[in-house]
Amino acid sequence: MAAVTSLGETPIAAPAGRPRGMQASRRRRLNLFRYVVFTVFGLFFLLPLLAMARFSLEGANLGTWSVTAWRQIASYQNTGIPPLLSSIEITLELAVITCAVMLVLLVPTMVWVRLRVQWLARTIEFICLLPLTIPAIVLVVGLGEIYNKIRHFSLSALMLFWVYVILALPYAYRALAAGLSAIDVTTLSEAARSLGASWFTVMVRVIAPNMRAAILNALLLTAALVLGEFTIAYLLLYTNLQVELYSISRSTPNAGVLFSTSLAALLFAFVLLMILSFAGRRRGRG
Amino acid sequence: MAVAATTKTGARLSRAGRRPPTPAWVGTVPFFAYVGVFLLWPTGIVIVDALKNPNGAWTFSNISELGNPLVRGYFIGSFKLALLSSVAGAVFGAILAYAVAAGDPDGTVRRLYIAVSGVLAQFGGVTLAFAFLVLIGPVGLLFHASWYFEFPWGIGLIYAYFQIPLMVLVFLPAIDGLKVQWREASENLGASAWQYWRHVGGPLLMPAFLGATLLLFANALSAFATIQAWENQIAYVVPQQISTALSSEVGLTNVNVADLLALGMVIMVAVVMTGYALLQRRAARWLR
Amino acid sequence: MTSSPVTRTQDGAARTAVEVRMERLSRHYGTVVALDRLSLTLQPGELVVLLGPSGCGKTTTLRLLAGLEDADTGQIFVGGKDITRLSAAKRDMGMVFQAYSLFPHMTVRQNVAFGLRLRRVSAAQRDKRAIEMLDLVGLATQADRYPHQISGGQQQRVALARALAIEPQVLLLDEPLSALDAKVRAQLRDEIRRIQLEVGITTLFVTHDQEEALAIADRVGVMREGRLEQLAPPTEVYSRPATSFVAEFVGLSNRLTGEVRGGEVTVRGRTLPLVEKDVPDGQVVALVRPEAVTLASHTTPESGPLVGTVIAVTFLGATSRVTIDLGDTTVLAQLSTSDASELPAGSRVALAIRPDPVLVSASSEPAVAADEEA
Repeated sequence: MAAVTSLGETPIAAPAGRPRGMQASRRRRLNLFRYVVFTVFGLFFLLPLLAMARFSLEGANLGTWSVTAWRQIASYQNTGIPPLLSSIEITLELAVITCAVMLVLLVPTMVWVRLRVQWLARTIEFICLLPLTIPAIVLVVGLGEIYNKIRHFSLSALMLFWVYVILALPYAYRALAAGLSAIDVTTLSEAARSLGASWFTVMVRVIAPNMRAAILNALLLTAALVLGEFTIAYLLLYTNLQVELYSISRSTPNAGVLFSTSLAALLFAFVLLMILSFAGRRRGRG
Repeated sequence: MAVAATTKTGARLSRAGRRPPTPAWVGTVPFFAYVGVFLLWPTGIVIVDALKNPNGAWTFSNISELGNPLVRGYFIGSFKLALLSSVAGAVFGAILAYAVAAGDPDGTVRRLYIAVSGVLAQFGGVTLAFAFLVLIGPVGLLFHASWYFEFPWGIGLIYAYFQIPLMVLVFLPAIDGLKVQWREASENLGASAWQYWRHVGGPLLMPAFLGATLLLFANALSAFATIQAWENQIAYVVPQQISTALSSEVGLTNVNVADLLALGMVIMVAVVMTGYALLQRRAARWLR
Repeated sequence: MTSSPVTRTQDGAARTAVEVRMERLSRHYGTVVALDRLSLTLQPGELVVLLGPSGCGKTTTLRLLAGLEDADTGQIFVGGKDITRLSAAKRDMGMVFQAYSLFPHMTVRQNVAFGLRLRRVSAAQRDKRAIEMLDLVGLATQADRYPHQISGGQQQRVALARALAIEPQVLLLDEPLSALDAKVRAQLRDEIRRIQLEVGITTLFVTHDQEEALAIADRVGVMREGRLEQLAPPTEVYSRPATSFVAEFVGLSNRLTGEVRGGEVTVRGRTLPLVEKDVPDGQVVALVRPEAVTLASHTTPESGPLVGTVIAVTFLGATSRVTIDLGDTTVLAQLSTSDASELPAGSRVALAIRPDPVLVSASSEPAVAADEEA
C-alpha cells in the first residue's frame, strides 16, 4: 500500500547521481503551474490562520491591538475550569509518552516483520490503517468500561496514552514503512548479527540510525496528533488542551486567549516539524 | 518488546535438537496484543453489544431501529458530508500533491508542504472551526458567508481544510511512483501531455487515487470534533448522535442503540476499507 | 557491416534511411559541462555506439537527439531537416530505455501498439503491425501478457518492438542491456544488431560496456568528459587508438617505458613500429596489448629485459591472462590456455613482443588504470 511520505526520503523515480534535464518549454509550463497551485493553496491554508492571529491580537475595543491574549496563555483560568497551563502541560506530557510507546511498539515489530515474518506485513499494514477509519466514537464506546475501571484508581489523563498510540498508528506506520523500505534491512541486520551484535544492538545502533528521518517524521506526526486530539479525551471526560479550549469557548465565546493558544499550539507543532525535517536531511546529496 | 525476538529461528542450535525453534511470528505478539486490547476488543464489544438488548440477551430488534427515519437521517447526513469533503479533498489534494511531487525531491518547498500537511491533517476540530468562524462567520473578517451554518456546506469547507493535507500525505507516494521513463517513453512515441495523462498517467494513478479518496471518506465519516465545535446544539451526523445517546441528553437514550449506531458506522467503514485494500493491491503492483 | 544506405520496405512503399548530423552541441548543468561542442554524423543505416565511462556525456547526447532535453548551443539535422527546436513528441524517433519503460497497465500488445494508437491508426492495422513487430523480436506468443509477467530480456525486446512499430527515422538505445544478466545480454545484443540490419534504420546506441560496443557497432565513438576522443570502426579503435584514454578504456594495455628514435620505439630490447609516425625522439610510455605479448622460443635464458617470473594465471576459457613479474614492472600476457597451462606460478619465462604498431604517450599521465574496467 502507498506509504505516507516521510520527510527525508528520496523518491524512487529520481535517478541516482547525475542531474536529469527536461525540455525547456515543458519545464516553464510546469513551474508556472506550481507557482499558481502553491499560491492558491497557500492562501487557502493561511487565511483562517491569519484570521485567528488577528483576533488573538485584538484589544479591548474593536480595531485596537493588544498582546493580552498571548500573555494570558500562562495565566488564564476560568471559574470551575482548571488553569489553561495545566492542560497544556498534560498534553505535552501525553505527547512525549505516546511518542515513546509508539516507537518502542512499532519499530521492533516492523523490523522483525520485514526480516522474518513478511507474510504478516499486509495484515499489520491493514490493522495500522484501521484507526484512521474506525470512528473514535466507537473506540470510546468500547473502551468506556476499561477506562471506568482505570478512573476508579483515579489515575490522571496521562492514561490516555494507551489509546493515543492506537490513533497514531496510521501515520506513524506509514512514515516508518517509507523509511524501512529505503534501506536494506536484511543485509544490515545480517551483517551486524554476523559480527556478534545482539538484537537490541541491531535495532538501536544499526537500523534506527539509518531510519532517522523516518523516525523523526513518525514522532512528529504523533506529537501533532496528540496536540490536536479532542474527541476521545472529551468523551472519556478527561481534560486535555483541546478539551480545555472547547470549554473556554462555551463559556466565553470571544476570548482572545482561545485563538492565541490554538495558534501557539499550531505554530509549535509546525516549527517542530520543520526543524526536525531539516535535521533528518542526509548530509550532502545522495 | 524485541526481547521476545532474541529466542528466534535458525541461528541457535539447541543442545540435543530437543527444543523446537520458536516460530518467528512470536516476535509480533506484543504488537498484536496491544492492538488487540485497545483497538480490536473495543470494536468487537461494540459490534456484539449492538446485537443485544438491555437485558443482555441476543436480539436483532435493535437493527430495526435503523429503519427509524430520524436515524436514517443521521446516516444520510454523515454520508453526504463525507462524500462532499472527500471528493473535494481528493481532487484538490491530488492537484497539490502533484505540484509538490513535481519539484526538487530534496527541496525546501516540498519539506514545507509535507510539514504543513502533517500538522493540518491533525488540527481539525475545535481550532479549525473557530478559525473559520472568525473568517467567514457572522462577524467574519473576510466576509460573511451566509451558507456557513448550512449543512453540509460550511462544515464541508472546514472538513476540506484537513482532508486536503491528508490527501497530500497519502497520495504523494503514488505520484512519486510514476516513473519518469513512462513520461519520456510516451513523449518519444508522440504523446502530448494530455495524451500521456489520459492513456498512461491517469490510469496508473487511478487505483491509488480512488483508494485515497476512500480513506478520506472514511476519515470524514468518523470525524467528530470539528462538527461538535461547529454547531453545538444541533447534531446532523451519527457520531454526534452516539455522543448524545451516551450522555442521555436529547435523543435516543438506549445505550444499546448507541452501540447500534456505532455498528452502523463500523459497517460503513468496513465496506470502504475493503474497497480500499482491493484498490491498493493494484496500485502497489504498478507503482512500487 | 556496411554503412551504405539500405532500402527498407514497409507495406510496399520504399523508405530510405536518413542521415543524422549533430553540430557543435553543448550542454551544461550549472557548472558541470556535460557536452562540449560535440559534432557527430551518423550515416544512413549506420549503427554508431557511443562508449565511455559514466558522466562522459554519451547519454546526454542521446537525450538531446531524442528531444528529451534542450541543447544550450548547437544544431541537429535529421535527413537534412533542422529539428533542433522540435519537441520530442514530433521528432519521429524510437527510443529504448535502460529499464522500466514499458507501461505496466497495458499488455505487451497494447504497449507495442501505443505509438500507433496515438497516430490514430485503425485498430485492425494497429494489431497487425504490433504482431509483425513482436514477430520480429520473437515474442508474438507473449502478446497478451503484462510486463511484470515476462523476463527482463523479454521486456527489452518488447521495448524495441514498441520503438520500431511507429516506423521511426532514427532508433535510439540508452544502455538497453545494462540491467540484464550477462548471458541474456550477449544474446540480446546480437538480436538487436540483426534487427537493426534487417530494418536498416540509422541507430545510436549508448553503452559503457566496451565488449558490446566492439561487437555490434559500425563505428564506435569513445567519449570522455563531453568530448569525442575517437570515432572509428571497432577494429581501428582497438588496434589504433587515437589517444591513450581510448587505448586504456578499450581493452587492456601494458604500460612499458621505451625510447623513440627515428619513428620507432624500443621497448625492453624490442623495436616496434609506431601508430603515429611523427613522434619526437625521447623517453615515452608505450601501450602494448596483452595479446601482443607472446612466449619466446623455448630456450629460457637466465636473464634479459623480457625474462620474468609468473605471478598468476587467470583462466578465461579459450584464453588465459598471465601476469608476469619482470623485476621492475609487471606485464600481462594473453595466451592460449594450452600455452598458459605450461606456466605454473613461480616458473621463469621469456617473453616476446609482436611487432604491432603501438601508441606512445610522452608524459606519464594515466588515463585509466590498465586493468580497470570502466
